[in-house]
Amino acid sequence: MADYSNKLYQQLEQETGIQTGYIRTGSIFLAQTQDRLISLKRINSRLNVIGIPSEIISPKKVAELHPLLNVHDLAGAMHVPEDAVVSSADVALALASAASQNGVQIYDRTSVVHVLIKKGEVTGVETDKGQIECQYFVNCAGQWAYELGLSNEEPISIPLHACEHFYLLTRPLETPLQSNTPNIVDADGRIYIRNWQGGILSGGFEKTPKPIFTEGKNQLEIHNLQEDWDHFEPLLSSLLRRMPDLETLEIMKLVNCPETFTPDMRCIMGESPAVKGYFVLAGMNSAGLSFGGGAGRYLAEWMVHGYPSENVWELDLKRFGALQSSRTFLRHRVMEVMPLLYELKVPRWDFQTGRQLRTSPLYDRLDAQGARWMEKHGFERPKYFVPPDKDLLALEQSKTFYKPDWFDIVESEVKCCKEAVCVIDMSSFTKFEITSTGDQALESLQYLFSNDLDVPVGHIVHTGMLNEGGGYENDCSIARLNKRSFFMISPTDQQVHSWAWLKKHMQLDSNLLLEDVTWKYTALNLIGPRAVDVLSELSYAPITPDHFPSLFCKEMSVGYANGIRVMSMTHTGEPGFMLYIPIEYALHVYNEVMSVGQKYGIRNAGYYALRSLRIEKFFAFWGQDLNTLTTPLECGRESRVKFEKGLDFIGRDALLQQRQHGVYKRLAMFVLDDHDTDLDLWPWWGEPIYRNGLYAGKTTSSAYSYTLERHVCLGFVHNFSEDTGEEQVVTADFINRGEYEIDIAGQRFQAKARLYPVASLYTHKRRKEDVELSDLHGK
Amino acid sequence: MCVCPGPRRIGIPVRSSSLPLFSDAMPAPTQLFFPLIRNCELSRIYGTACYCHHRHLCCSSSYIPQSHLRYTPHPAYATFCRSKENWWQYTQGRRYASTPQKFYLTPPQVNSILKANEYSFKVPEFDGKNVSSVLGFDSNQLPANAPIEDRRSAATCLQTRGMLLGVFDGHAGCACSQAVSERLFYYIAVSLLPHETLLEIENAVESGRALLPILQWHKHPNDYFSKEASKLYFNSLRTYWQELIDLNTGESDDIDVKEALINAFKRLDNDISLEAQVGDPNSFLNYLVLRVAFSGATACVAHVDGVNLHVANTGDSRAMLGVQEEDGSWSAVTLSNDHNAQNESELERLKLEHPKNEAKSVVKQDRLLGLLMPFRAFGDVKFKWSIDLQKRVIESGPDQLNDNEYTKFIPPNYHTPPYLTAEPEVIYHRLRPQDKFLILATDGLWETMHRQDVVRIVGEYLTGMHHQQPIAVGGYKVTLGQMHGLLTERRAKMSSVFEDQNAATHLIRHAVGNNEFGTVDHERLSKMLSLPEELARMYRDDITIIVVQFNSHVVGAYQNQE
Repeated sequence: MADYSNKLYQQLEQETGIQTGYIRTGSIFLAQTQDRLISLKRINSRLNVIGIPSEIISPKKVAELHPLLNVHDLAGAMHVPEDAVVSSADVALALASAASQNGVQIYDRTSVVHVLIKKGEVTGVETDKGQIECQYFVNCAGQWAYELGLSNEEPISIPLHACEHFYLLTRPLETPLQSNTPNIVDADGRIYIRNWQGGILSGGFEKTPKPIFTEGKNQLEIHNLQEDWDHFEPLLSSLLRRMPDLETLEIMKLVNCPETFTPDMRCIMGESPAVKGYFVLAGMNSAGLSFGGGAGRYLAEWMVHGYPSENVWELDLKRFGALQSSRTFLRHRVMEVMPLLYELKVPRWDFQTGRQLRTSPLYDRLDAQGARWMEKHGFERPKYFVPPDKDLLALEQSKTFYKPDWFDIVESEVKCCKEAVCVIDMSSFTKFEITSTGDQALESLQYLFSNDLDVPVGHIVHTGMLNEGGGYENDCSIARLNKRSFFMISPTDQQVHSWAWLKKHMQLDSNLLLEDVTWKYTALNLIGPRAVDVLSELSYAPITPDHFPSLFCKEMSVGYANGIRVMSMTHTGEPGFMLYIPIEYALHVYNEVMSVGQKYGIRNAGYYALRSLRIEKFFAFWGQDLNTLTTPLECGRESRVKFEKGLDFIGRDALLQQRQHGVYKRLAMFVLDDHDTDLDLWPWWGEPIYRNGLYAGKTTSSAYSYTLERHVCLGFVHNFSEDTGEEQVVTADFINRGEYEIDIAGQRFQAKARLYPVASLYTHKRRKEDVELSDLHGK
Repeated sequence: MCVCPGPRRIGIPVRSSSLPLFSDAMPAPTQLFFPLIRNCELSRIYGTACYCHHRHLCCSSSYIPQSHLRYTPHPAYATFCRSKENWWQYTQGRRYASTPQKFYLTPPQVNSILKANEYSFKVPEFDGKNVSSVLGFDSNQLPANAPIEDRRSAATCLQTRGMLLGVFDGHAGCACSQAVSERLFYYIAVSLLPHETLLEIENAVESGRALLPILQWHKHPNDYFSKEASKLYFNSLRTYWQELIDLNTGESDDIDVKEALINAFKRLDNDISLEAQVGDPNSFLNYLVLRVAFSGATACVAHVDGVNLHVANTGDSRAMLGVQEEDGSWSAVTLSNDHNAQNESELERLKLEHPKNEAKSVVKQDRLLGLLMPFRAFGDVKFKWSIDLQKRVIESGPDQLNDNEYTKFIPPNYHTPPYLTAEPEVIYHRLRPQDKFLILATDGLWETMHRQDVVRIVGEYLTGMHHQQPIAVGGYKVTLGQMHGLLTERRAKMSSVFEDQNAATHLIRHAVGNNEFGTVDHERLSKMLSLPEELARMYRDDITIIVVQFNSHVVGAYQNQE
C-alpha cells in the first residue's frame, strides 16, 4: 500500500500542478539490538522481493548517510533509498483539486449529522446544511469515525480510539539540513526524525500513551490540546542521544496532534456488514499519509468492483464485531497498541490488554491446570499447558526469533496426541445453524458452497464458501443434522464476515432460518488413537470405525449428558472426535472425559500442538493460508469442488475456467532441510520462497513438526517469467522439479516442496525398543 | 492476637531525655547515631534510657504490655523489673558492640521496609464515569512497637452511601485497637441504616436467610480480623440493632450522621466493657475480652458521603484537610480536636465532670490522673470502672490477669469514676472543590511534623503525580539542550515522589527521613529504619496514615446542583 502511495504522490505533482513537497529522501531504520536487526532483516528480504530496493547497512555506513547521527550504540540499520516525504496538507489539496477537476464536488465546513439508511442500504447523508442523496457513503472521519458510525439509526461499530501524539518542530540548524537528508526511525529509542525546513521534526510512540476523547468530545477541543513537555521528556532524551549535536538547536514548538489507533494495529476499511453502501476507511495508526494512497485505491476498487485487487482481510472492518466496541476496551487496548508500533514484533505475540472477554465455561478449570492463553476475536484459547514443575520465562524475556521456551511442553502435548489422547478446548470456533421448512436450506447452501451438500444425514462435508472469482470467503465444515438443517463450523474470526456473507446471499424468511449458535456450544476436541476408547467408555453407542466412520456426526449421550454432537474429525488429520456440548454440560463432560481418560494417558493440549499437527498434515487454514483470492484448485482441493453436482454455485465459472487454463499459484508444503531448530532463526510467515534461485512466492504459515523433526512451512508457489516477470501457469510438475530455498531474515535454507502430506505420518508407530517404564506413568 | 512479648516500650522520662539527645545529634550530620551511643559522655544518659526501658521488660512479658509512653512508670514496677537488668546489659553488649560501625540500608531495602504495609484503593471507575466524591485512598503504617499497636480500617457502606475510614492508636497493647478496628465500622453502619433495612437484616438472621452485606472492606493483607471472636462480636452487634429496631419511633428515617457516629462509638465502648464484665465460657475468648477492655485505643474516623464529610474523633489522632488555594499553594484545615492536656476545653470538661477537690489530681503532668495522655479512649476500663468492679473482675479472671501487677494497680486519686469516655467529638465539613484530600493519622505523624508541612508534602505529591505545572515554550528562545536539562531536573525532583506510588508512604518517608532542610535524607532514613526493635520506640511512635483523595469534579458538580 505504501508503495502505491509513494508512486501516487510522485505523479500527483505532474498531474495537478500543485506542489506536494515530494522529496525522495530515503529512510534509515536503526537497530540498537541484535533482535531488532533480525526483524529489520526479515522486513528487508520481504521488501526486496516485492521490488522495493532496500539494504541492511553497517553503523559506519549510517554515519556516512546522515551526518548528525550517533552510531556508537547501533547494531546495524536498514536503508530504504526510495522513501520520500511529502507535505500532508499539500497532498490533500492536490488530491482534492484533482478530484474537482474530474467533477467531484467538495463541501467545505459542512458536518455530517448522520447517514440516511433505508432497508439496510445507504440512501443519503444528513448534513448541517441539508440533505445529500447518495448510493455510497465512505466514513473517513478519522478519530470521529467511531462516533459517526454510532450516529446512524442502525449503528455501525468502528472500533478505534485516539491517543495524544506529540512531535517536535525546531528552527533550522546553523547549516540547514539538506532537503534530501534521510528520515530516521529509531524504534528502540521510540522516535522518528526527519528534516523539516532545515530544522528537524521528531516525534515518537511513547511507552505510556495518553488516550483521549474516550467519552467522545467536541471536535473543537482538538485545537486546545496542550503541549506536555514532561511527557515528551523520554523521547527528547532519546533524540538527543541519537543526535547529540542538536543540544543547541532552538525549539519552535511541540505539537500535540491526536492519532487514531485500532485494536490490532491495522487500519480499518471495507463495507459495513450491516448496511449496504456504507464504507469505512479509518484508524490508520499514525500511518495515514504513507498508506493513504494505497488504501484509497483498494477502497475504490472495492466500491467499483465489489472487491479489492489484493487480499485485505486483515484490514477488513468485518474482522471486528460489536464486541470490540466497548470504549473501555478500546481505551485500554490502544494504550498497548501505540507503544507496540515501535516495539519489537516477535512471532506469536499476544495482546495483554482487553483480555478474558469471551471465555469457555472451562476457562477456570483449564487455567488452574497451567493453561497459557491467546486471544482470537475476543475469545480466550489455550496455547499450551505448563506442567506444575516447569517455569517459563517472563513475558518480556520470552520474546525471541529463535526456539521458544515452550518447545518441550508442546512436544509432549503433540506426542500425547500421536500416541494416546489429548483434549483441546476449541469453543471459539464460529458455529451457525441453517434450518428450513422445506428444501430451502439445502438449495441455498448448494448455491453458496462448492462441495456437494446433498449427502445422507449425519455426513460431514469440508467445503469452501467461494466468491465469484472462486476464492475462499470462508472455509468450513458442514454437518447435515437432518434433511432440513445443517450445522456449519468456521474459523473463529469468521463470525461477522461469514454472517454478513450468508445474509447477503440467502433469502432469509420464516421458511429459512440462520442462527448463530457459537455461544451455545462448548467444543472439545479429543485427538489421538485412544480417543475412541475414551468415548466408548462414556457412551453406549458403538463408535468403532465400522459404526462411526470418519467425517460423521451423531447426536448421542456422553456420561449423563444427552444431546452431545459428536463428530469424527479433529481439524488436524489425526484420529479423534469433536464434541459439541451444550454449554451447561461442558464441565460435566470435561470431567468425565478427564477421569475416564486417565488410564489412557489423557492430558490437556493447546492450540500450538494443534497447529503443529495440522501444518505437518498440510491442513491449510482460512485467514492464514487461504483468503478471498485463493481458490480450491490452487491448494489441491479439487476433490472438494463438485462441478457436476447438477447445480450452479458461486464461483463455479471461475473455477471451470481455472481448471481449463491451469492455476497461476499453488499451495505447497516445504520441509526445511538444513535448518537447525536450536540455533537458527525460526520461520514465521511471510518468508520469501526461492525456486531455483528465483523468487517464487511467500510462506503463509509455519510450524515445527515434532514427527518429522523439521520445520514445515506452507506457502504459495508462483511461476514468474524470467524475462517479463509475468505470472505463468503452475503445474504439479513445475513444483516437483524445483530446488527450493526459504529466506529467513536474509539467510536461505534448503527446503523440499510437497503437494501432499508425508505419508509416513499416518502410519506412525512407536518402535518396540523405545518403550520405557516411564510410559506407564499417568500423565 | 497479641500477647506481646519482648522488650518494647519506654516510659515518659526516658522519652523526654532521649529526644533531645537525638535532635542534638542530628544537626551534625557526620555524627552517626551508633557511634554516638557508645560515646562515653552520652552513654550515661543512654544508661538511664536503658534502665527505664528494661524496667518494663518483665511487665511486657506478662500479659498486658503496659509500657506505653502514655503511662508514667509507677514505682511499683521498679522492683518488679530489676531481675532482668543483667539480661538487658548482656543483649545490649551483644547487639551493639559487635555491630560494624557503619550500617546502612540500601535504597531498595529502605523502600521494602516503607512499602511493606502500604495499601491503595481506587474507587472503581466505569468507562470514564465516576460518581463518587472519593477518588480513592492510600494508607500505610510504620511500626515502632513490636508488634505495632496502631490499626487502620477502610470500608464502603453497602446499604447506605458513603465511605468510612479510620485510624486507631492502641496503648497498653494492641488488643483494644484491633477490636475497635474490626467492630467500629459495623456499629456506625448499623447506626446509619434505615429502619426497614434493619428489620430486613434481623428477619434474615431469624429465618436463617442470607444476610445483606453491610460493608465492603478495603484491607491490606496484614490487616486481620479475629476469627475466634467473630461470633461474640456479631451477637453484641445484633443486640445493638435489635435495640435500634425497638427504639424506632417510626417518625422519620432521616438519620443524623453526627448522632449515628456518637451512638456507635459509645455503644461499642459499652459493649467492650460489658463483654469483659460478663466474660466468656471459652477461656481464650474470656482472656481476649479482658485484654481488649484493659488496653485502650483512640479513634479518628471519617465518613464521606458526597460533599458531606463527618470526622468523629476520640483521643489524639488527627484529621487534616488539604486545601489548595487559588494560587496553587496548600493550606491545612484541622477537622478534629486533640483530646489531651493541650486542649483547654478538654481540661475544662474534666474539671467539671469531677468534684472540685479533684481539680488538681484529675490532670497531673499533662496526663489523666497523672497516667494517661489521651483524655478520651476506647477500653481502658481502669479509668472507667469502679474500684470494686475492677477488683471483682480481676479476681474472677484468669490467672494471667491476676498475676499482672499492672491490672491490679488502681490509678492514684481514683475517687469518682469514670474518668474516661469514648464519646467522640464530631466535626462536619461540607466539601468544596478546593478540598483536595483528607489525611487521617495517628499522633506518631503529628508529633514529628507540622500540619502545614504534612499538607504541603501530600499536596505536592498528589499534584505532581497528576498535573504538575506544565512547561510551555511560548515565544521564548529555548534550545533542545536547555529543555532537556530542565526536564531532567524536574524529573529528578520528582524522583523521590516517583519512588512512592502511595501518598501515605511518601509522607512516612518524610516524617522519618526529613533533615533540618525539610528534604528526605537517605542516611537518616536508613538509620531510623534500622533501629533495633527495642530502640525504635524511643525515637518514634507507630505511624499510621490514610490519605483520602477527593474528586474535585464530582464535588464541584454537587455544588452546582444547588
